[in-house]
Parts: sequence; C-alpha cells; structure tokens
Amino acid sequence: MAWVNAVIQGVLAGGLYALFACGLSLMFGVMKVVNLAHGDLAVLAGYFAIGVIAVTHVPVLWSFVIVVPLMAVLGYLVQRTILQGALDRSVLTTLMVTFGLSVVIENGLLQFETANTRGIGTDLALLTDSFSVGSIQIGYLPLLIFVVAVVVLLGLQYFLSGSRYGRLIRAVADDKEAAQLAGADYRHVFGIAAAIAFGTVALAGIAYGMSSQLDPTAGTDTILLFAFAAVVIGGLGSLWGTLLGGVVLGVAQQIGAQINISDEVLAGYIVFLAILVLRPQGLISRRAPS
Amino acid sequence: MSGPQGAGEAAGERQGTGAPLLEVRDLVVHHGQLRALDAISLRVFPGEVYAIIGANGAGKSTLLRTIAGLHRPTAGSVLFDGTDVTGLRPERRAGRGIVMVPEGRRLFESLSVEENLQVGATFARQGPWTIERVYEMFGWMRERRKQLSGQLSGGEQQTVAIGRALVANPRVLLLDELSLGLAPVVVQRIYGMLPQILATGLTVLLVEQDVSQALRVASHIHCLLEGRTTLEGRPADVTAGQVEAAYFGLAGAAPAGPHGEGS
Amino acid sequence: MSLATQTAARPAGRFRVTRSQRNVAWTGVVALIVVVVFTILPYVVYSSTTAILVQAFIVLTLASMWNLLAGYAGLVSVGQQAFVGLGAYFVLILAIHGTSPFAALPVAAVGCGVAALPLWWLVSRLRSGYFAIATWVLAATVMLIIEKFSSIGGGTGMPLPGLAGFSPALLTAYTYWAGLAVTVVALVVIYLLLRGRLGLVLTAIRDDEVAARSSGARVGLVRMLVFVVAGAGCGAAGGVLAISQLQVQPGAVFSIQWTAEMAFATIIGGLGTIEGPIIGTVVFMVLQQTLASYNAWYLIILGLVAIVVALFARRGLWGLVDTHLNVRLFPVGYWLRLDEEQPRGLLPRPRRGRDRVATTGPPPATPGAGD
Repeated sequence: MAWVNAVIQGVLAGGLYALFACGLSLMFGVMKVVNLAHGDLAVLAGYFAIGVIAVTHVPVLWSFVIVVPLMAVLGYLVQRTILQGALDRSVLTTLMVTFGLSVVIENGLLQFETANTRGIGTDLALLTDSFSVGSIQIGYLPLLIFVVAVVVLLGLQYFLSGSRYGRLIRAVADDKEAAQLAGADYRHVFGIAAAIAFGTVALAGIAYGMSSQLDPTAGTDTILLFAFAAVVIGGLGSLWGTLLGGVVLGVAQQIGAQINISDEVLAGYIVFLAILVLRPQGLISRRAPS
Repeated sequence: MSGPQGAGEAAGERQGTGAPLLEVRDLVVHHGQLRALDAISLRVFPGEVYAIIGANGAGKSTLLRTIAGLHRPTAGSVLFDGTDVTGLRPERRAGRGIVMVPEGRRLFESLSVEENLQVGATFARQGPWTIERVYEMFGWMRERRKQLSGQLSGGEQQTVAIGRALVANPRVLLLDELSLGLAPVVVQRIYGMLPQILATGLTVLLVEQDVSQALRVASHIHCLLEGRTTLEGRPADVTAGQVEAAYFGLAGAAPAGPHGEGS
Repeated sequence: MSLATQTAARPAGRFRVTRSQRNVAWTGVVALIVVVVFTILPYVVYSSTTAILVQAFIVLTLASMWNLLAGYAGLVSVGQQAFVGLGAYFVLILAIHGTSPFAALPVAAVGCGVAALPLWWLVSRLRSGYFAIATWVLAATVMLIIEKFSSIGGGTGMPLPGLAGFSPALLTAYTYWAGLAVTVVALVVIYLLLRGRLGLVLTAIRDDEVAARSSGARVGLVRMLVFVVAGAGCGAAGGVLAISQLQVQPGAVFSIQWTAEMAFATIIGGLGTIEGPIIGTVVFMVLQQTLASYNAWYLIILGLVAIVVALFARRGLWGLVDTHLNVRLFPVGYWLRLDEEQPRGLLPRPRRGRDRVATTGPPPATPGAGD
C-alpha cells in the first residue's frame, strides 16, 4: 500500500513540477532562452507573497491575485529590456545574463531575508487537512495544487492553439523573421511569452511556499532542476509532455524515497543525468510549443 | 519579349506618370566587411511588375530584404510613397503596405494552412484580400486548410506563402525567388496568377533566378552583378544578347536603360 | 575599396604577417619582473595581505579557466566548482596518506584533468543551455557522492593534515608561493595554447563552426582538450584553496559561488582575452575587500555589473582598452602588415581606420551576419 501511496503523492507533486516547467519550456521554445534564473523567480514570488501578506494582511489566497500579475508584468519588462538585449548579442550572453540574474536574486534574498526556511501559512484549516481513500491519505492542499496546475496548463494550451496571440507566439517561435514580415513585432510577442512564463512560475512558487518551506537557494537547488527534469523527460514541445514529465519525476522521487530516503536528491540527479545522456535527440532538435 | 498586356501599358507610361510607389536611392549594403550592394537606385511605379535578375550572389535577395526592412543599409535610402522608410522595422513597413514573400517560403511549419493565413491577416490593412478570397484563388486550399503547413509540397507551400502575404493587403508585394526548388510547370502556374493579383491594384517587385521566366512576366527588368546595376529597361527594349552580357558581366554589355546606371 | 581589391592590386611579397604590433620583447621582460616582485612579496608585506593575494590567485586561475571555456571554446559551464572540489579532495586524500599537500598540487591538477574526460563524455553532445544545466547537475552530483565517504570527512568536512609542521609565517609564505606558482603556470599554459594552433582553431570554430569543420578542424577534440585543461586548472586552484583554508568542507569547495566569482570576474574584465580575467580579478578583489562586512552584497553588485557589462560592453573592461589603444599584453594574434607602414614604436598609438585583420582573440565588436 505504501507504494500506491507513493505513486499518488508523486502524481500530485507532478502537477506542481509541470507548472514550474511550463514557463521554462515556453521561454526556450519561443525565444531560445534557457533561463537559469527560472527557479529563483519562483522563490522570489514566494517571498514577495510573504511580504505582501505581512504588509497588507490580506488572506493568503489573495496573495496570488496580487503577486502573479505583478510578476507577469515584471516578466514582460525584463524580457523587453535585459533579455532582448542579451538575445541580440548571442546565446552565450543570454546564459551569462540569466546566470547573473540568478546569483543576484539569490544573494539579494539572502541579504534581505534569513537563510532559514520560511513558509507561507495557510490560514484556511481545510487546506491543511486531508481525506482518506481506503488507507491512503490525500491532503487537500496537494490535491488542490494539482487541480490548479492542470487547469492552468489546459488554459495555456487553449490559449496557444486557439487565440490570436497564442498563434502569434507559435508563429514567432517557428520563424521570427517571417512573423516580422507578416507585421508582428517579435519583441512584443517575446515579452508576452515571458510574461506568461514569469506568471506561471510565480503561481507555482507561491503554491510551493504553501506546501513546503522556502529558502533563498531553493531556486537553483531544487526548483530549476525539477523544471528542467520535467521538460527533459516530457520532451520539449508540448505542454502535455511537460505534465507527463512532471508526474514521472514526482513518482520517481517518491519511489526513490521509499527505497532509501537519504538518497532522494542524489537519485533524482542521477536519473536526470542518465536521461540527458540517453535522450539527446529531445535536446538537440528544437520544436515549438504546440 | 514583351511583358504581360496590362503591365506593358503601365510601363509605357513610365516616364512622367507621377511619383513612383517605391524608390531606392544609392543603396549601399554590407554583409560584415563584404559590400553586397554598391549604390543601387531604382524606381517602381504603381501597377508594374518589376523584376530583378542576376546570378547567384549578385545581391538580388539582399536588395529585396533591405527594402523589406530585414537589413540595415550602410548608406542610401528606401522611399515608399514619397516617405523615407529606411529607418522603419520590417513589421512597420508591412503595416504601411510593403509585404514580402521570403525566399524559401518560410511558412510557420507547426501551424496549419489556415493558421498561417490567420497570422498574415492579424495586422492586415484594409483592402480587397481576405482569407476567403485566397481560398477562392487557390482552389485546393479550403479543403486542406487544417493540414499542417510543414507537410505540404513545395508548390503548395509557395502558394500558401503568397496567400499569407496577400491577406495583409499590401500595396507592393515583394516576391523573393519564387521558382527556387520548384518544378517549372509549378512555377509557371504560380506566375500565371500574377494578373489576378495585379488586378486588385497591387504592384509587384520580384527577384528571379530564372531569366526567361522573369522576362515573360515583367514590365521592367533590372539586372545586378556583384552588387552593381548592369542593365535596366523594358523587356521589349533589350535583346537577349544584352541581357546575357549584363547577367554574366561580359564585355559589350549595353549601358542601362532610360533611368541611367545604378551606380 | 574592399580588402580583396586592395591586396590584389599590390605585387606579391609586399606584406608580412607578424605576431604582434610592436616589439614585445619588453613585455616578456616586464612580465618576468612582475613575477619576481610577486615572489619576494611575502618578505615585504603583512600576512593579511598575502592571504588576500592567495585568494586573488585562486580567483584569477579560475577566471582564466572559465574564460578559456566560455570566451574561446564557447562552452558556458556553471559546474566548474566540481573540479575545484575535486582538486581540494585530491589534495586531502593524498595528505591523509602522507604526501605533503604542496607536493600533491600537481597530482591534483592531473587528476582533475583525467576526471574531466568521463564528465566530458556525459555532456559533450548537449547544446549550450542544456550543457550549462548539465554541468551544474554534475557538480551537485559529485558533491553528494563525495559526502558519502566519511573517511574524507563526509558531509561536514575535515582539517587538512600535513600542515602542522610549518610555522605560521612559513605556512603563509608557502601557501602564497603555491598560489603564485599555480597562477603563473596556468597563464603560461593558456598563453602557449592560444598562441599555437589551438588558438587559431578555436577562433575558427567560434566564427563559423561548419566552415571550421570542413577545413579539417577537429572541433570535438579541441573542445575536449579545452575542457580537460580547464578542469585541471580549476583542480589546481581547488588544491590551493584547501591549503589556504587548512580544511576541506564539501559545502565550501563545491559551492556554486566559485562559478559566480569566476564568471563575473571574466565577464567584467573581458571575455575572450587573456588580459580580461586579470582585470576582472582586480575588480572582484577590490569589491570584495571594500564590501567584506556586508556579506552577500559584493556578489549582488558584481552580478549586476557583470550583467551590464555583458549587455553593453561585451568585450569587458579590457576590451575598452584594447579597442582604443590596440594593445595586447599577450600576443596571441596575427597582424597583416602592409610594407608601407612605418615601424611602430613602443608606445601605443590611437587606431586609425580598420587596419586590423585576422586576429586570434575576442570576436569583433561590429555585429556580423550571424551571431
């Protein structure tokens, strides 16, 4: 029974991982930017939410409404200024710049916050509760997060396939020059993609802060790796693949923890490396998000 | 060697018709340290089919891409409807009515035929061209509009690319090497649609590797060699020998036509 | 007139290819003097100064290696801390078995170079972004594996044996000289590599990989060689780190902070030039010393400056000097000299026009057709 429980917990965790991953996948698919600061943005959003709650005393769930749109706007601005400038130079420059951003954000958080972990308290008693199915405990919070993640991914999929700007994003990802010739300013489209990426990762970061503890280095230590792993496992190019990747990662982690709890992180790294080595085709050829 | 009927009349009135729709003045374009275009000038009048011909590397596509805004010139200017557009980004030029069908089709391959046209129509100007009208012109397209554009044949892709440009309702349509990679029969069929396109009030500026094809459709030709103009004039006014000499840079090339040497 | 017509218009034999703009024998003499001055420094300054200089040597070595990887081979690695840690642990393991830590340094360097081979095999086929993340994961993996061995300290680390016999002053001096030696060797190795065929091949790859391959350049082999050299260099620096800290703690030696420091120093100083990391290290040390009491601030400021430099002054501080004065301290390029030119004197003269061609060094500042 413990194994079934592990699988279920893994699936629920996978939704969150997929939410972390979809922004990374989008930015890489559209702008060819590997955002090394991606995980740190999630942590930043989490701390931002803590700050907002501390200052305005709004209920926890309101922090989403405030922080996520602000992060999306931040994403647009960062893309139009810093990342576009780096893209105009070279791939190497974007890597160096996003690495720089990652270090600045982490050390900024270390400077202004403590190195200790902090959580976003959930004041709704329901969310810390759980219900039972047979002998399996399912927490409401993880379940809710999973549902939200799937809904967001569904919404994103619908946006990309059915809307005007979703089409533009896919077109620019395929061929940005041809899109220019058709009248689209690709810098603006990049900005929108970045806004979506920052917004989704902020959503995921706050959710993470509610279900686990935040610390300034979690961005690179855990979140970036989770996001990358989900993208790598599921293959770049489809949001459903990302969800699958997240779920596989979550399940693998939980099963690994069943085997030997202290090796959980190491097992994750080794699996990740193995996939990088054995599945290079998913990484060398690029496909646009569909 | 005369151009198509309607365009021939317009070309005959070239001198003194009034302002050219598109003008290029002393354009100098570099690729890094290589000078690709050396003080090129040309004028395209409304309703014309203006063909730029020349060997590989002569600078034809560079010229078209600079006019479309994908390349910044080192010197010189591009004027559209009398206004200097040299500093405008490509998407802004498309908004004004300069729309290019790029070399190699460059469709959005993960998008369907219909979606490609929809993208083309997103920032369209007002005008006679709609997605419906494009479906009418290319009969096969409506039925297969949901098909992924990456799966089409070369000729089909070329027509979708043209359709994508048309739905933006351009005033001047730039066609870059339509015939590349296509069977001659297909090429002829595509060029055969030019009269329909011109009939809606468009002007066409095209680059073509196939000289005889260009001479068949053009109302005015302009030959480039290593970035310089070697010949200019109406197809009716130039001999095969002159064209050949201008194309290959042989001695005995005739001086350029009524508009004078480009450099 | 294009270069082609210019050179075609001249009869053959009217130009020369030289390795430098001006007589650089004097640069070699100055370099020697500098090294000698640094060598006698421990006799002249306080030990606190030598300690700072040891730190500077470590950062300079690391930055030079990172520059070799990113600026010349185009490999952005955020996992070089793996080699820093491995180097430290090589020294530790050898010291536990009785070798003097100082003698262990060269072994550590070689050991890390060898260790780089299987690691390269794992990551070599990955494209830039994935390469970066893979190197980071590798570093984290190496650390976790090493932490499992309690005989070398496990997760908490252990002191470095073999140093107890030295008096404090002597230990400081020896540590300093070890750091100086590692740095000098690293710079000399890099200089010789880049001056030779490797430098040419690297520039060719950077400019146009496909063309380089068709000209016969063994791109994969060259990149592997660079990765191995960088691994060895970082390992040597890690060994010096272990000696200077008198202990080896996994969290400290495998910290990603090393990558941050070496990357920022290189970017600010100038990516793609040998002189760049030197300037970058100076900037880094100045910042670190002035902001020492403010914890993470120096990294924040350094990071912000690096971002600004990467965006706006792509060739870094040295690039600004280089562009205007046409100076190279380390002559690794080639100059095409047309014979009518006057022989240049010792002092730099301002640049006139585009008279520089075919240099091995940082990429040109003007945007080319493909970037």
